[in-house]
Amino acid sequence: MTTAAHRAVPSDPADLAVPAARDGGCPFDPPPAYDQALHTAPVTRAGLWDGSSLWLVTGHAQVRAVLADERFSADARHPGFPFLSPGRRELVTRTTPTFLRLDGAEHARQRRMLTGDFIVKRIEAMRPEIQRIVDDTLDRMTADGSPADLVSAFALPVPSLVICHLLGVPYEDHAFFQSRSTSLLDLAAPAEAVGVAQRELTDYLRELTGRKRSHPDESVLGRLAARPDTTLEEAAAMGLLLLVAGHETTANMTALGTLALLRNPEQAARLRAEPGIAKGAVEELLRWLSIVHLGVPRVAVEDVDLDGTPVRAGEGVLCMVSTANRDPEVFPGGDRLDIGRDARRHFAFGFGVHQCLGQPLARAELQIALQTLFRRLPELRLAVPYESIRYRTDMVVYGVHELPVAW
Amino acid sequence: MKVTVDQDRCCGSGQCVLTAPEVFDQSDDDGLVRLLLPSPTPEQHASVRLAAALCPGNAITVHDV
Ligand code: SF4
Repeated sequence: MTTAAHRAVPSDPADLAVPAARDGGCPFDPPPAYDQALHTAPVTRAGLWDGSSLWLVTGHAQVRAVLADERFSADARHPGFPFLSPGRRELVTRTTPTFLRLDGAEHARQRRMLTGDFIVKRIEAMRPEIQRIVDDTLDRMTADGSPADLVSAFALPVPSLVICHLLGVPYEDHAFFQSRSTSLLDLAAPAEAVGVAQRELTDYLRELTGRKRSHPDESVLGRLAARPDTTLEEAAAMGLLLLVAGHETTANMTALGTLALLRNPEQAARLRAEPGIAKGAVEELLRWLSIVHLGVPRVAVEDVDLDGTPVRAGEGVLCMVSTANRDPEVFPGGDRLDIGRDARRHFAFGFGVHQCLGQPLARAELQIALQTLFRRLPELRLAVPYESIRYRTDMVVYGVHELPVAW
Repeated sequence: MKVTVDQDRCCGSGQCVLTAPEVFDQSDDDGLVRLLLPSPTPEQHASVRLAAALCPGNAITVHDV
């Protein structure tokens, strides 16, 4: 599915833009210019929307080196931190920092309040509950009849119901927090709109967390609120992060993963025929689709030699997960979707101490959702021409806006 | 092969448990790594090496003895 061969190559790497257009190439592939950078200069200069420049890191080894090195900070309060949109800058400068954007001991202190909630054992024990949610959601979708929008009828409700159940957030409020969550991740949204959405969500979670502090329950948020070593402000900020992250990523992986399988029917047939392959199939879809399509930002806090390139303190770095996940050094023939390959070295969840905390949950949800969907609806197909699908190039998390399907 | 883990470096990602569940576990309270088998059997060596490579916190060290 690669289109790199017939694409124009930027004459000067400094012409590389972030974010880059996919300009009509295959919507499952990274932007052609980034793919080119992977093969010519895995650490190179690129320009950001605000006129500043940063280091674009596209190779697997180089991305791994940056994300595992504490001299590259995730703390956006450091001068030189690269922001991907005005809204992203607004979010970071106005909010209580969570472990996502903290380093060192502060990061470990916050994150460890939650690690126990996402251990593999606990998530594995949730599989029957996740299966029930997937089955009920599919029952409702099929009862309403074919065709349906897979995003609003299945891909979004499943992780939403799961994360609400886990966090102890009332699902009845989902229309409210889903619309705010969308604004938060909209690259084109003006900074003020992002700020408003952020404040409304924070107020909501502060109120909910406050209630749980006086009436603790066994949910993740309930137990977090009951801890004496965290403030309400901090607990609400962590709750917001989990709520938004729990929704957007899994929902978009489910919808885009379904589309990828529909476009590669031999792979879909394999998933149907070999139920045991679901685990590997999900790893491969995570790798191939890399929905964190804008990359993982960091800023150097010391001078670092990065694979022979001197990076100075205060310079921004963007780790391009999508190209690293196609690096032929680690994934031979990586431009091809092959659910039978061993894709476990992918960086779809990031790498280093900030690697996604919810990955056991995301994996379980995706395995159950995709496997059940393709098993129960053997005739599943697109209800519109493939060319009419709208991709989320304008959002922090990549995917499709709608996916009309029939069965 | 001898394996050691450094809990200070662990961020509770669970990659080790998914990759080599006979060798690694996560604590119920804080999610941090627990080493079940410091001397894995030869059949387990490959998955232990992969777990060390996948560990995002670089918390797992494999010593060849
Ligand atoms: S893979 Fe590493 S960081 Fe993750 S739980 Fe295991 S030891 Fe900890």
